[in-house]
Amino acid sequence: MTVPSAWYLILAAVLFTIGATGLLVRRNVLVMFMCIELMLNAVNLTFVTFARLLNDIGGQSDVFFVLVVAAAEVVVGLAIIVAMFRRRAAATADDIHTLRG
Amino acid sequence: MTSPIPILDIIVFLPAGGAVACLLLPRLARYLALVASVAELGFAFYMMVAFEPGQAGFQFVTRQSWIGNFGISWNLGVDGISLFLVAMTALLFPIAMFGPPIRGDQRSFMAWMLLLEAACMGTFLALDLFVFFVMFEITLVPGYFIIVGWGGARRSYAAMKFFIYTFAGSAFFFVAMLALVLLAAPFNGGHVTFDLITLARDAGHLSHTAQVLVFAGFAVAFAVKTPLVPFHSWLPDTYTEAPTSGSMVLAGILFKLGAYGFVRLCIFLLPRGAADLGPLLLTLAAVGIAYGALVTIMQKDLKRLVAYASIVDVAFIVLGFFAFSSQGVTGGVMEMVNHGLITGALFFLVGMVWERRGTLRFSELGGIQKSAPVLAAVFLAVILAAVGLPGLNGFVGEFLVLVGTFSTHAHWWAVVGATAVVTGAIYLFWAYQRVFQGPVRIAANTVRDITWRELGLLAPLLAGIVFLGVYPAPFLDRVTPSVAYLLHHVEAQAPNADVPRGSLDVKYAIPASQNVDLRASATSALARPGGGDKPEAAAGGGR
Amino acid sequence: MNATYAIVAFPLAGSILLLFGGRLIRQPFSGWLATFAAFASFGASVYVWASMLGRPASDRHADLGLFRWMPVADLHVNFGLYADQLSILWCLFSTGVGALITLYSIGYMKGDPGFSRFFFYLNLFLFSMVVLVLADNFLFTFLGWEGVGYCSYGLIGFWFDRDSAAVAAKKAFVTNRIGDFGFMIALFFMFEHFRSFNFSAVLFPLTAHHAVLAGTTATAIFLLLFLGAVGKSAQIPLYMWLPDAMEGPTPVSALIHAATMVTAGVYLVARAAPILHFSPDSQWIVASVGAGTAFLAATIACKQDDIKKVLAYSTISQIGYMMLAEGSGDYPAGIFHTVMHAFFKGLLFLAAGSVIHALHDEQDMKRMGGLFRYLRVTGVCFLFGFLALAAIPPFDGFWSKDQVLAAAWHKSPALWALGVAAAGLTAYYMSRQFMLVFTGQARWRDQAAEHGAAGHAAVGGSAAGHDALEPHEPPLTMLVPIVVLAFASLFGWLLNAPFGGLDFISRWLAPVFPATIAPAVHVATGTKWVIGAVAAGMAFLGLFFGLGAWRGGVVDRPALEPAFLEHGWYIDESIAVAVSGPLATAANAASFAVDAGWVDGLINGVARAAAQTGRQLRRLQTGYLRNYALGIGLGAAAILFYMTMRAGG
Repeated sequence: MTVPSAWYLILAAVLFTIGATGLLVRRNVLVMFMCIELMLNAVNLTFVTFARLLNDIGGQSDVFFVLVVAAAEVVVGLAIIVAMFRRRAAATADDIHTLRG
Repeated sequence: MTSPIPILDIIVFLPAGGAVACLLLPRLARYLALVASVAELGFAFYMMVAFEPGQAGFQFVTRQSWIGNFGISWNLGVDGISLFLVAMTALLFPIAMFGPPIRGDQRSFMAWMLLLEAACMGTFLALDLFVFFVMFEITLVPGYFIIVGWGGARRSYAAMKFFIYTFAGSAFFFVAMLALVLLAAPFNGGHVTFDLITLARDAGHLSHTAQVLVFAGFAVAFAVKTPLVPFHSWLPDTYTEAPTSGSMVLAGILFKLGAYGFVRLCIFLLPRGAADLGPLLLTLAAVGIAYGALVTIMQKDLKRLVAYASIVDVAFIVLGFFAFSSQGVTGGVMEMVNHGLITGALFFLVGMVWERRGTLRFSELGGIQKSAPVLAAVFLAVILAAVGLPGLNGFVGEFLVLVGTFSTHAHWWAVVGATAVVTGAIYLFWAYQRVFQGPVRIAANTVRDITWRELGLLAPLLAGIVFLGVYPAPFLDRVTPSVAYLLHHVEAQAPNADVPRGSLDVKYAIPASQNVDLRASATSALARPGGGDKPEAAAGGGR
Repeated sequence: MNATYAIVAFPLAGSILLLFGGRLIRQPFSGWLATFAAFASFGASVYVWASMLGRPASDRHADLGLFRWMPVADLHVNFGLYADQLSILWCLFSTGVGALITLYSIGYMKGDPGFSRFFFYLNLFLFSMVVLVLADNFLFTFLGWEGVGYCSYGLIGFWFDRDSAAVAAKKAFVTNRIGDFGFMIALFFMFEHFRSFNFSAVLFPLTAHHAVLAGTTATAIFLLLFLGAVGKSAQIPLYMWLPDAMEGPTPVSALIHAATMVTAGVYLVARAAPILHFSPDSQWIVASVGAGTAFLAATIACKQDDIKKVLAYSTISQIGYMMLAEGSGDYPAGIFHTVMHAFFKGLLFLAAGSVIHALHDEQDMKRMGGLFRYLRVTGVCFLFGFLALAAIPPFDGFWSKDQVLAAAWHKSPALWALGVAAAGLTAYYMSRQFMLVFTGQARWRDQAAEHGAAGHAAVGGSAAGHDALEPHEPPLTMLVPIVVLAFASLFGWLLNAPFGGLDFISRWLAPVFPATIAPAVHVATGTKWVIGAVAAGMAFLGLFFGLGAWRGGVVDRPALEPAFLEHGWYIDESIAVAVSGPLATAANAASFAVDAGWVDGLINGVARAAAQTGRQLRRLQTGYLRNYALGIGLGAAAILFYMTMRAGG
C-alpha cells in the first residue's frame, strides 16, 4: 500500500506551520532555532515528495544542499547562542535588540 | 600630431602611479610626489610644444579597446580646447602640493592629490564618454577626503555637502549618458559606442526632443559642478573649509571640469539642445554675474569672498560658451585657464595671510601692507588680473567673452556681464583695503613678509598672468581652430544657433576621420574654409 | 618716426627697473632714474615732433605696428602705435610736465619709506598715458586708459596706512570703472558695426567721408565713449572722486590733474571727433556737460578750505571748459586750453606742494596766511599760476579761455553765459585762495600755540617749537620745476595767440580736424572783441571782488561761505544715500536672506527632509527577531497570493 503524496504534503505543511508559529511566539533562542530546523525539514520533505511524484532527481539533490546549509547554520548559530549564554544567563531573543533603529 | 611616446597615457597614469608609490613607500612620499608632479609638468610641457597649431582635430590620439561588448574604449586625445587646461593642471598641482604647509599625514595627502591630478587629466583628455564619466566621478573621492582630512572647522559638513550635491548632479549625467548611447546606437549600425566623435556624428539623427532632454541631463550635472547660480550653494562652504592646497586645486581645476563638460559634451554632442537651451544658460550666467557680485560684496571673511567671487568668474565662462561665436567660446576657454591661474594664486595668498594671522575675518585684519609690502604687492597684482586690468590675462578672456556675446545680438547679456567691471572692482578692492591698508589697529597684524620660497612658487602663476595678458596670441592661435571647428558643427546641426558669419573666418585643418559633419550635413561644413585635409598655416594674423 | 617707440619704451623700462630693483637702488637714485626715463621720453617726443615738422602737413602721421594681441577669427587686435599731430602734441605736454613733476618729487618725497614705489608708479603712469594717446586702436587706448586708472589708485592710496587715503583711492578706481563700463560697451558696439577697433578702419574713413555713420549708431557709440571720458575727466556726474583724490601726495595731484589722467577724456573726445560729427545730439550733450561742470565746480570751489581741494574743483571746472569747446566743434581751442591748463595747474599744484611742504603737511588754508614773506619764489610763481587760471590778460588762461568762450558763443549764448559766469567765479575763488595763503596774519603760529594750549604737550607751545616750524623755500629740485612752469604760464599762450600768425596749435592740428568732421567755427571779429572784453571784464570783476573781500587778514566771511557749498551742494552725500544705501540693502538681502536663506536653505531643506524621512522609517526597525520574521512571512504570503491570483487569472 502506498501512501498518497497529499499526506506527505499535508504533514510538511503542518510541520512548517508549527515551526513558523514557534518562531514567532517563542522567545527562547534555542527553541526558535529548533523551529527553524523544523521549517527547513518541512521544506525538505516537500522537495522529496515532489521529486518522487515528478520522478525528477533535482528535488532530492536540492535537499542535500539544504541539509548542508542547515548543518553549517547550526554550527554558526549554536556557537553564537553559546557565546550569548556566556554573556548573560537565560537570555531571550527580545533581549537582543541592539539593531533597533 | 603624433608623438613617439604615448604621451597622453603617460600624463594620465604617471600621477596615479605616483599615488600608489606614495602609499607603498611612506617615508619617501614627499619626494616621490615631487618627482611625479614635476615629471608630469615636464610631459605636459612637451605635449604643449609638440602640439601642432592650426589643427582643429584631436592630436596624440591613443585608442585601446576596454570593454568591447559595450563599445567602451580607452580613448584619449587633446585639442586646442583641452591643451591649456592640461598644462594649467600640471602647473598648478605641484604648486598646491608643495606651496602651503600641510598639517597631518603627508603620505595620504600626497597620494590623494596625485590621484586627483590623474583623474582631472583623464577627464580633460577623454575621448570616450564612459572614460569621461568615470574620471569625472573619481575626482569626487580625493576631493572629499582632502576636505575631510585636512580642512577647517566645519569640514565634514562641507565635504558631505560637496559630495552629495555634485553626486546628485552626476545622476542626471549618468542617465543622460545611457540614453544618448542607446538612442544613438541604431545610427551606428546597431553597435553601442561611447566614442565621442561617433556620438557627435550620430546624435544629430536623434529626435529634437531627445536631443534637448539629453542636453538638459548633461547640463544639470555640469551646472552643479561649475557651478551656475542657483546651484552654487555648496561652493562657498567647500572652498572655505578646504585646506589651502585643496582650495587651490578645487577652485583652480576641479570645477573647470564642469565648464569643460559644457563645451566638450553638451555643445559638441548636442548642438541642437545647446541652441535651444542656450538662452536659458546665458540668462543663468548673466544672473550669476550680477547676483554673485552682489552676494560677494557683503562677505565678512576673505576666503569666503574669494570663493564667492569664483561664482562670477565661472559665469563668464558659461556666458562665452553659449554665445556661439569664436570670440565668445575662445574667451570662455581662456577664462577657464585664467581662473585657474588667478584663483590658484589668490587662494595661495589667502593661505599665507591665514598662516600669518590665524584669522581671515576682515574685522580682525588691516594694515598688513605696512609690515609685508611684497605680499601686498603680489596680492594686488593678482587682484588686478581678477578685475580685468588690460595687460593682464583676466582682461583678455573677459573682453573676448563679452565682445563675443555682444556680437551675437545677445546685447543685454553682455551689458549685464560688463557690470562685473564695476562690481568686481568694488568687492576686490574693498577686500584689499580692509586686509592690507589702513593703520595697524591690531598688533598681531604686523606680520612676516612673503618668503623667497613662497614667491618662487607663485612666480610661475604670476608669469602666466602677465604673459597671457600681454601676448596671448600663441594661446589663441591654438585654441581658435578647435573652437571654429566646434562652431561649424553647431552651425551645421542647429540652424537656430545664430553663429555670426565673421566669427567662423578661421583657417584650420581637420583629419577626415574626425570630421563629424561628413555625413550629418555635408554641404555647410565642407563648403566653409578649412574643410580640407591638408594642413594649413595658423589662423590668419595681421590685418 | 621710429623714435615713437622710445616715447613708450623709456617710462616702461624705468617702471620695470623700479619694480624689480626698487629695493636695491638707494633712495635718491631711484628718483633720478625715473626722472631720467621721463625726460628721455620727453626728448623722444620732441624728436618725433621735429621730424614731423620736416614733412608736409599731409604726411605727418605714421602707423607703427608692434605685435598681435588678440587674434580670434575676424577680431584682429594688435599692439600698434599711431603718431600724428594730435597724439604727439599730447605726448609733448604730458611727458614734459610729467618729467618736471617727477623731478620735483625727488625733493618732495625725500625720506618717505615708499620712495621707490612712488617713482615706479610715476613712470608706469607716464607709460600708460603715452600708450593711451599713441595707441593705434581703441582697445590699446583702453589699456592705457585703465593703466592710468590703476596708477592713480596706487598713487592716491600711496599713504595706505591712512584710512582716508585708502578709501579715496578705491573711490577713484571704482568711479573710473563706471566710466570704463561705458567705454567697454562702446567698444562692443564698435566691433559689431565696424568689425575692428583700429583708427584706420573706424575713424579715418569717416574723416575722409568715405563712409557715413547712422545718427543712432554714432550717438550710441559716442555717448558710451563719453561716459568713459566723463569718468576719467571728472565731469558731471562722475566728478566726486577727484576732490577726494587729494589724499595722494601733492606731486600726484599735479600729475593727475594737470598733465595726464584727467585730460585723457579730452583726448578721447578729440580722437573720436569723426564719430561725434555724425551725432549732433551728442555734441549738445558734450557741450552742456562741459558748461554745467565748469559752473558747478566753480561754485563749489568758492568755499573749500583745503588748499588742494580748491585746485581740484578748479580742475574739474577747467576741464568743463575743454569739453565745452569740443562739444562746440572747436577742437583746437579745447586742446589749447588743455595745454595751457597743464602748465598753470601743474604750477599751482607744485607751488601748493611747496607751501604744504614748508608748513609740514598743513593743508587747511585757514591755518596759513602771511606766507609771502617766507616763500618769495613760490609766492611769485603761485601768483603767475593764479593769474593764468583766473584768465587775467595777458596770462595763458585768458587767451585759451577766450577761444573756448568764442566757440561756446557760436554754439549757444546760454552755454556761453554759463562759461562767463564760471570765469568770474574762478577769478574770485583763486584770489580768495591767494589772499588766505600768502597774505594776512601768520595763523600757523597761532595754530601751534593753540595746540600747546589745548594740552598737546608733544607738539609743544614753546618758542623752540615755533622756530622748527619756520617755513622755508624747498630744495632746488622742487624749485626748478616751479619756475619753469611759471615761465610757461606767462608765455605759453604765444603757442596759439589769435594774432600775428602765432596760431601754431590751430595750424598744427588742422589736418587732424579737417572741415569734413569739424566745420570751422566762425565768429565775427567784432563779436570776438566783445567776447574777449566781457571775459576779461568778468575776470577782473571776480579778481577785485575776491581781493577786496579777503583783504586785511579776514579769515571767515560766513555770507560768502554757505555751508551747502562746502558740502558741494550735498551732491556727493545725496548720491551716497541714493545709491550706496539701496545697493547695500540689496547686497545684504542677497547674501543673507536670499543666498543663505533661500538658495542654501532649499538645499539644506532637501537634506533635512531626507533625514526626517529616515528618522520616521527607522521606527520599523524594532530589533525584535519575531517582527522581522513576521515581515518575512507576510511578504512571502503576499507574493504567493499574488502569483496564485495571476496564475488563476
